Amino acid sequence: MSTTSSRSKAYLGGLLLLSSIALLTGCALDDPQSTFDTVGPVSQSQLMLFYWIFGAAVVVFIVVGAVLAYTSIRFRRKSPDDNPPQTHGNTPMEIGWTIVPVLLLAVVAVPTVMTIFDNANSPDPGALTVEAVGRQWWFEFRYPHPTDPDEQVVTANELHIPVGEVVNINLESRDVIHSFWIPKIAGKVDMVPNNSNTIWIQSDEAGEFYGQCAEFCGEAHALMKFRVVAQPKAEYDAWLLGQAAPAVDAVEPLAAEGQALFEGNVAGCWACHTISGSAKSRGSVGPNLTHVASRGLIASGIIENDQAGLRSWLTDPCESKPGNTMCTGAAVYNNPDKALDEKQISALVAYLRGLD
Amino acid sequence: MTTISLPIPKRPVHPTGVWSWITTVDHKRIGILYGVTAFIMFLTGGFEAMYIRAQLAQPGQDLVSPEVYNQLFTMHGTTMIFLAIMPMGAAFFNYIIPLQIGARDVAFPRLNAFSYWTFLAGALMLNLSWVLGGAPNAGWFGYAPLTSSVFNPGHGIDFWILSLQILGIASLAAAFNFVVTIINMRAPGMLLMRMPLFTWMTFITSLLLILAFPVITVALIQLLFDRQFETNFFVPAAGASPVLWQHLFWIFGHPEVYILILPAMGIVSEIIPTFSKKPMFGYPVVVLSGVIIAFMGWMVWSHHMFTVGLGPVANSVFALTTMAIAVPTGVKIFNWIATMWRGSIEFKTAMLFAVGFIWLFIIGGLSGVMHSSAASDAQQQDTYFVVAHLHYVLFGGSIMALLAGIYYWFPKITGRLMNETVGKINFWLVFIAMNITFFPMHFTGLNGMPRRIYTYDSDMGWDLWNAVSSAGAFMLGAGILLFLYNAITSARSGEVASADPWDGRTLEWSISSPPPEYNFEQIPIVQGRDPFWAQKYGGVAMVPVAGGSGEDAVHHSIHLPQPSYWPFVASIGIFIGSFGVLYINAASWIGVAVAGIGALITMIAIYAWSLEPVNDPDDGAAH
Repeated sequence: MSTTSSRSKAYLGGLLLLSSIALLTGCALDDPQSTFDTVGPVSQSQLMLFYWIFGAAVVVFIVVGAVLAYTSIRFRRKSPDDNPPQTHGNTPMEIGWTIVPVLLLAVVAVPTVMTIFDNANSPDPGALTVEAVGRQWWFEFRYPHPTDPDEQVVTANELHIPVGEVVNINLESRDVIHSFWIPKIAGKVDMVPNNSNTIWIQSDEAGEFYGQCAEFCGEAHALMKFRVVAQPKAEYDAWLLGQAAPAVDAVEPLAAEGQALFEGNVAGCWACHTISGSAKSRGSVGPNLTHVASRGLIASGIIENDQAGLRSWLTDPCESKPGNTMCTGAAVYNNPDKALDEKQISALVAYLRGLD
Repeated sequence: MTTISLPIPKRPVHPTGVWSWITTVDHKRIGILYGVTAFIMFLTGGFEAMYIRAQLAQPGQDLVSPEVYNQLFTMHGTTMIFLAIMPMGAAFFNYIIPLQIGARDVAFPRLNAFSYWTFLAGALMLNLSWVLGGAPNAGWFGYAPLTSSVFNPGHGIDFWILSLQILGIASLAAAFNFVVTIINMRAPGMLLMRMPLFTWMTFITSLLLILAFPVITVALIQLLFDRQFETNFFVPAAGASPVLWQHLFWIFGHPEVYILILPAMGIVSEIIPTFSKKPMFGYPVVVLSGVIIAFMGWMVWSHHMFTVGLGPVANSVFALTTMAIAVPTGVKIFNWIATMWRGSIEFKTAMLFAVGFIWLFIIGGLSGVMHSSAASDAQQQDTYFVVAHLHYVLFGGSIMALLAGIYYWFPKITGRLMNETVGKINFWLVFIAMNITFFPMHFTGLNGMPRRIYTYDSDMGWDLWNAVSSAGAFMLGAGILLFLYNAITSARSGEVASADPWDGRTLEWSISSPPPEYNFEQIPIVQGRDPFWAQKYGGVAMVPVAGGSGEDAVHHSIHLPQPSYWPFVASIGIFIGSFGVLYINAASWIGVAVAGIGALITMIAIYAWSLEPVNDPDDGAAH
């Protein structure tokens, strides 16, 4: 469907089907992960293709179903002595109902192949390229540094993109297979260890969109989410500059205490988390927390990033996300003798809240 | 000549009791064993499904932990595919095929018993994992590297690997047996193109099994070696590509889908002509479409991998081959409808289930074509839309047809009819509940709900349809229990069935219900398709094979295969040995010793099996 006229026809047909589906499902089409509420060209083309095939399927269902229903009613046994003619077949009919499906499938196959190629090749290979890395169970995003070509800006679970522009994403995994999926922007592509994939996305609307891992990846697969923030170019540039800056040491006393804990061996946070600007915190097991306070959610899109959310996460990460590495790997969580007390958690919360 | 005296006991003689079942080589008894075991496994898998639906009935529920949830859906899939649908098909192969082709047993009766006992060993092994450290938790597809010891240190995956290997042995032995049986044991005149369609689809299914299982066997051995001996077939840290596992798995896995559906299509192709009083419309085309589906089933595996990143060329090719497979499938549906057209259709319960199958399979087939469009599938892959699709073809397809088959052949097997009134309620309950359960999954899938998630938030818009699905699932559970009730009460006190309660067309209806141990007093000479119908209405008498006339002569000329202990013992050896292999990485010497003991038992059993004496056939008891 490359020409404008066929596309607009498809839209019209799509609209009709859309309303019938809306009627059928009774659900709002703007739910957070609805594949009908598309905001970019990739999901849009996938939706148009879906409507096209769905339309063909509905036609087939109605025709075959009508014949089946008619046959079932019309030819019911009237008397036990019914003796129907013992017909064995009819070659022209057999040929007919082999050829008609072939033609119908051709109608589906052509736009399918066209869309496969359209979506596989980025329309702008030189555009912004972000690395997305799947980890159990969160997403890491690595941007080219705005000023230093040798550096990357690393963040997690919140992908910022400039609105209306092509963004190329290299998909990787550090452990098992994950899948990168933002239903309103683009269908999924898997993140496979040792097999890098690429996907291109574009959002034509500013806003926050839901993403979720779609390939089963272990215990907390259900809780592996992320958000895409599509924002005007200027806002995006400002955000990237902000993220590129190193964190500033905490000054407020409670926060400073938190930083000391973070970088000390009692809590030991530094071993797994990087905070750019800190000499100690260079770990790469967990998410980069340099500007964690700037994110809307923590724990890969499942907990509000506020006082209460941080506190609950730091108190018992196993409760919020069973099996996660912090819960299973950090001494403060898997050894009751080393558990953090209320005051220590308050200090850590204060420190993290200051990393904006 | 010197006589070598062998320390092998004589063949067992147990006409009744537990030992008669353990030592039986009668294809009918083995068929019943398969059927009963598979139904128990079906209830087990259904119970797991109820748990899953209870957990998902509302957002944010906490009935099971995520770990247990992952075990539940892994076991649900593995159980339903390998322990319920496949062996239910095997139950029908066993019971019906020799009757349909005019044979007195299968080609290798003791191998047949071995297949059953080995299947039972695999079923037990898989389910023992629940109490021996946790069930497998990586999905029935077991994608690498989630199955590696790094990401999955417990024994669940080892149980999964070894039980699938055991089940593979059982399936391969059975498949070879049925291929040989169908090729060699047909009554005179039962040409290939005169075979009943169920026999044809069994034949094709058995060939698929023989070709598909070696692939998964190799993949599972590699995985076993990765886990037990630290090889690196699927370990990314050592440079392996986990995509290799996916290719191996789905080259097996897609033919496996046809292994699950072709027997169902065969059953429906028996029931629809019978209850329409017409021969199958376009019989050669239906046979050919089955062959084409089986052949093309090998060219579509990567449609399970559209989002893996194989590139646009591979995705396009597999999209097109997948679409193409809809053509022979559609041809079958059109031929079933054409068989009913101008027929005299009687909606007994078996026919209701068969027509219900067509309706649901049309829906599942169409959603399958929707999935085949790789670009649009990028939105549906790994969502509940796939769950809807696969349950329409596996429940709406396979299970509906298997239930139809049970209603159809129940009188032949038990000598009693299943209750028709309960049967009709049973059908409508299952049919309606099935749609209430699985149709809404199309909506939740399109609304962005991924598969295999143990929980979801209430702000996603998935609450309503998940609640509906769960309610439907419990109705469906009730429908299956009603079926069980009908089967049990009918077997005990149902109306006594005549030899030919449905005015059947094929040979199994020409002998008493239940059939005598020797099936056919006289092997008939087959003159055409639907030989029993031709005898009843076309005046084409079935002439018995010369040489056995007169009551006394008949009884003294039928020599049936004799019972044997050894298939059972060989399976026990495999069962024990597998536990040894399973624990090699945990306790190497004990593991090796137990594996050795198991192998020894199996070897002794096979030795004894080959050399065991035959009792004097005319001493009376061995008949």
